[in-house]
Amino acid sequence: MSVGATASGMSGDPYKLGYSHHGHLEPGTDEATGHGEGGPASKRIVVAYGFWIFLLSDIIMFSAFFASYAVLSGATAGGPTGRELFDLPRVAIQTLCLLTSSFACGLAAIATRLRNHLWTQIGLLVTGLLGVVFLALEFQEFTTMIAQGAGPSRSAFLSSFFALVGCHGLHVTAGLLWLGTMMAQVFVKGFQPPILRRLMCFSLFWHALDIIWVALFSVVYLIGAYS
Amino acid sequence: MNPSSNTRDDQRDLAPGDELITDGDVASGLLGYVIGFVLALGLTACSFYVAGSDLIWKPGIPTGLIVLAVAQMGVHLVFFLHITTSPDSTNNVLALAFGVLIVVLVIGGSLWIMAHLDHNMMPMDKLMEIQR
Repeated sequence: MSVGATASGMSGDPYKLGYSHHGHLEPGTDEATGHGEGGPASKRIVVAYGFWIFLLSDIIMFSAFFASYAVLSGATAGGPTGRELFDLPRVAIQTLCLLTSSFACGLAAIATRLRNHLWTQIGLLVTGLLGVVFLALEFQEFTTMIAQGAGPSRSAFLSSFFALVGCHGLHVTAGLLWLGTMMAQVFVKGFQPPILRRLMCFSLFWHALDIIWVALFSVVYLIGAYS
Repeated sequence: MNPSSNTRDDQRDLAPGDELITDGDVASGLLGYVIGFVLALGLTACSFYVAGSDLIWKPGIPTGLIVLAVAQMGVHLVFFLHITTSPDSTNNVLALAFGVLIVVLVIGGSLWIMAHLDHNMMPMDKLMEIQR
């Protein structure tokens, strides 16, 4: 802000790179984005940024699975195609479960910001239950397909399908285990800074899984079932 | 350490997932999630409807579905993960941009190369004759 600039006499530093809130300005009056004198970011920022990098690398790993599925989706080796196998009403319910689960996770994050134990736990519980329903439906789908003789060893298309969708399912499973751990930790230890950081990372993870599912139901199920 | 986070330090940078709102301002945070949820539901419904109908030109349906999916991913990023264009979120956006670049290279490159290989490959019956 101009107040800060005139106070410090540094009008030659339009981006205020050398002046952070630790410097000469009144706290809250500057809009410095640089950290010339500010020192390192807080641990909360560092942890979340590192986890964001992990999520992006996880998404890149998924992109390799998507690429192999896209390449192999026509290689059915005379076996069943997606049009015959995919049950779209179930996929719609799965999508609804995961989307609502993500929403509940966001509500739990708001309750956490308010330091409200009850609503945090309720939000996390709803998140987890919807995740369990999602996984149960996916398990049912896989067992039905394998019982029809359309297991991962039937064709290259089915191998890549099970690898891609199964990898997402494994992520959801891991997320549910993490969710249970977080509920126990919030219950036992309360809202300590390390717990808050873990909760933040968990909600990032859960939202990222929902993003991957959006790509999955569009590319695999909808395009696969109608083309 | 102060149990209530969001100290002044944290308001200079935004962690992914953080919103630029104060603790008292719950209603706007809630509203963000509700808007995101409604938009995502709408886009999902559009995808499922478009896929099965002849609302758009048949050969264009896969492209339409991918466009809807990308739009929905954008909604999720902005309203759920709070990756926005605010100046405090620059690092997060740049990391995301790099991730998207790699994803496009991996998927687009694979499809491109494999389509060419497929095109250049000898038809399967001829290949069988040679091997016999």
